[in-house]
Amino acid sequence: MNILFALWAGLLFGTGLILSGMTNPAKVLAFLDLAGAWDPSLGILMGGALLASMPAYAIARRRRRSLLGEPLRLPTATRIDRRLLAGSLVFGAGWGLAGYCPGPAVASILVGGVKPLLFFVAMVAGMGIYEFLQRREAQRATA
Amino acid sequence: MNVDWANFTPWSALAGGLLIGLAAGGLLLFNGRIAGVSGILGGLLQPAQGETGWRLAFLAGLALAPLFYTLAAPLPPVEVDAGWLALIASGLLVGIGTRYGGGCTSGHGVCGMARGSKRALAATAAFMGAGFAVVYLLRRVLGSAA
Repeated sequence: MNILFALWAGLLFGTGLILSGMTNPAKVLAFLDLAGAWDPSLGILMGGALLASMPAYAIARRRRRSLLGEPLRLPTATRIDRRLLAGSLVFGAGWGLAGYCPGPAVASILVGGVKPLLFFVAMVAGMGIYEFLQRREAQRATA
Repeated sequence: MNVDWANFTPWSALAGGLLIGLAAGGLLLFNGRIAGVSGILGGLLQPAQGETGWRLAFLAGLALAPLFYTLAAPLPPVEVDAGWLALIASGLLVGIGTRYGGGCTSGHGVCGMARGSKRALAATAAFMGAGFAVVYLLRRVLGSAA
């Protein structure tokens, strides 16, 4: 059951990305190009997404389990640390370089040709590098 | 600031945003999960019991969305100006950065902000700021795509 709902959520999420034009890196970059011909669409999209998801988060705060009986897994970290900021800066730099972030990249792998696929493979490799470094650090800590 | 009115699409952006918000809210209420694409994808690299199926299902839905979309309407145009080298560098930065920072545009930018997390707000300010700066640098200072 939860697999079906996850599939549905992914489909809806992807449809939203396509409808808003965000699977087009040029449109994303037009938002990030404040000094050029600025396209505020991405900002409107985020506003709409916040508007539509806030009620769910308000409901979730008062529940312990999801409607399917799954545990509600909300992040518990509250500290704004160097890891959060440095990681986000690195992500933003990569985002500005090509105009792809993870969502639109995944929504483009089957239909977008070679370029988004190349980005996707490099992104997964980057995540793999992160895992490798994390595991090495954990091993060092226990050694 | 100079708004590009010809390419500004407020209504489809709003409609798309509402769908994304609905998807994020649905995943939370039904599955109890944050709809953060980098976290869902990255979590597959640390396999654990009961953690793989829903992740693959969400990502499959995301990847299959354009195929369903074409049943109703043609896909919007896609222009990728970045060359191969830039795409590889960009992918590596996005992969490493989102995992260290614990989220991307969806996890921090939508879900985190929707639940009023200060961490998500700080992360969103950081990646947006870096995105603005890099595009400014590439287009206005180095002039590579201007």
